[in-house]
Amino acid sequence: MTGNPFALWVYLSQTPLLWLTVTLVVYAAVDAVSLATHRNPLMNPVLHSIWIIGLFLYATGTSYTAYFSGAQFVHFLLGPATVALAVPLYENRKLVAAAIVPMLVALMVGSATAIVSVVLFAEAAGLPRDIVMALAPKSVTAGVAMGISETLGANPAITVIATVLTGIMGAIVVTPHGIGTARAFQVDEVAGVFAGIAMGLNALVTSLLVPVFATLLLK
Amino acid sequence: MIAAVSIILVCQLVGEVIVRGFRLPLPGPVVGMALLFGILILRDHAAALARGPLRDGGVEGVAKVLLANLSLMFVPAGVGVVQNLDLLARSGVAIALVLAASVVMTLLVTVGTFLIVSRLMRRRSS
Repeated sequence: MTGNPFALWVYLSQTPLLWLTVTLVVYAAVDAVSLATHRNPLMNPVLHSIWIIGLFLYATGTSYTAYFSGAQFVHFLLGPATVALAVPLYENRKLVAAAIVPMLVALMVGSATAIVSVVLFAEAAGLPRDIVMALAPKSVTAGVAMGISETLGANPAITVIATVLTGIMGAIVVTPHGIGTARAFQVDEVAGVFAGIAMGLNALVTSLLVPVFATLLLK
Repeated sequence: MIAAVSIILVCQLVGEVIVRGFRLPLPGPVVGMALLFGILILRDHAAALARGPLRDGGVEGVAKVLLANLSLMFVPAGVGVVQNLDLLARSGVAIALVLAASVVMTLLVTVGTFLIVSRLMRRRSS
């Protein structure tokens, strides 16, 4: 044991180990509470993990860069997880094929409505341009939303918050969201399968539509 | 498991190469998802492909573990909001209202479209 606890803290707060551990421990704890409250949408583990960790960083005066040096290992998995969406799509390909026309039409119209409505409302509310850009992709699973946001050169952190809030607001009804999907699986098995399919298809549709609408609406 | 993880990473990598190479306005992993879907379909038609991670639910297993923990992966980027607290204090309420209005509108339009199109298709087939 080192004689100076402060020196130990200075050392640990610069290591990825500490921040990776904090991320996992906080998430595991919040997730357990969420499970205990039967996945109440208001107990969303992402939202509560974000403010608890944020408060912890603020209280210890830790920079986001130092935090991200550890958290990046979790962050990296978003890409592979997006690729993994191919599996539920593949496993339900018969269901997908049976309802592909109404699903694709509904997703395209829905995705277009989501993008156009949020951009127009945000412009009407007088929000600055960089926030409007970050809000545009919010109606898709957060990993893809962040990817789109980065492609547009917008702020991915705002996009994550917007996406999580959208997911919580839509979680009562089936929406093509990670958060909506998790909820749908608890409500009804078939609804859950369809929400999983929609999440994969919507990733494609929204990725294609956001750049188009963003260019058209935000000239 | 390593082979299954590799195939997912290869799909993502090729997706990234395609997106950058052709300057597509798409996230690389989304193209990777389409590639993996294609590979899984192709495997069902060509027995020669059904080996290694493409056999006995190898890729499928890893993919399910990843998707089961999807929400955890949003946390690090979300914490990035600590860098934009002034922005949230200024526009937080407006952002929440804009999102709520957009969510209600999107849900109504999406569900309505799905119902109308499936009813039209059913009428045509009967």
